Amino acid sequence: MITVQHYLVVSAALFSLGILGVLTRRNAVNVLMGIELILNSANLNLVAFSRYGTGNLQGQLFAVFVIVIAASEVAVALAIILTLYRLRRTPNLDEADILQG
Amino acid sequence: MTPEAAVFFIFALITVGSAAVVVLARSLIYSAFALLFTFFGVAGLYVLLGADFLAATQLLIYVGGILVLLLFGVMLTHKLYDLDLRSEVTQFLPGVIVAVGLFLLLAVSAVNTQWMGGSGVPPAPTTAAIGRLFMQEYLLPFEAASILLLVALMGAAMIVRRRKDA
Repeated sequence: MITVQHYLVVSAALFSLGILGVLTRRNAVNVLMGIELILNSANLNLVAFSRYGTGNLQGQLFAVFVIVIAASEVAVALAIILTLYRLRRTPNLDEADILQG
Repeated sequence: MTPEAAVFFIFALITVGSAAVVVLARSLIYSAFALLFTFFGVAGLYVLLGADFLAATQLLIYVGGILVLLLFGVMLTHKLYDLDLRSEVTQFLPGVIVAVGLFLLLAVSAVNTQWMGGSGVPPAPTTAAIGRLFMQEYLLPFEAASILLLVALMGAAMIVRRRKDA
């Protein structure tokens, strides 16, 4: 019998892997992939609660909004990464220290 | 083991396994292709949860849009003769400690909490109901999200544009 706990554990694993990617990668595109994993884990939680909790569709609606946010976030982040690459010729996040005093 | 449990564990294994490849693979291209399987696995879990519209949306937007954008990002931020596309790893051990601690905290608290009992009956096809909710109860957030998307895409185009006067 699959319960909501199963989905929550899968989502927790996805979230932790996303955090690991964000913390340990130096390449900006790879950090972005970690953020996508985190957003997907949040979505999985929302849909699981929508199914096993109250039984209405509000969780799925929130998941659609999260997907919209993720799409615009990726577009803006890639624009910033490309501009940074033009400026510094590297996608390495440690080199993005122009604002450092 | 019921068929539902078997399908769940298959999709969960695909999702978590390929997410681990995304995070741990040395090559950026391997990471991007593993991300494809993660998105497919999550879409499968959505189907299992009865969210058919959301599974189709996941495939269309994540696989068709976001993953292609990320691949563009990989290709545009590396020189074309730079074939191995390596991604350096930093602070690996502290990162692993934080991630494992976070996973244990979340998983233990999720398993030990008494969640409210659901019916467990999968809902009927959801597309019509979601469309009705968007056009009636959630019309304002829907319009706000569409304007946000428009503004974000125009802003992204403005940021990457080469300025003539610069």
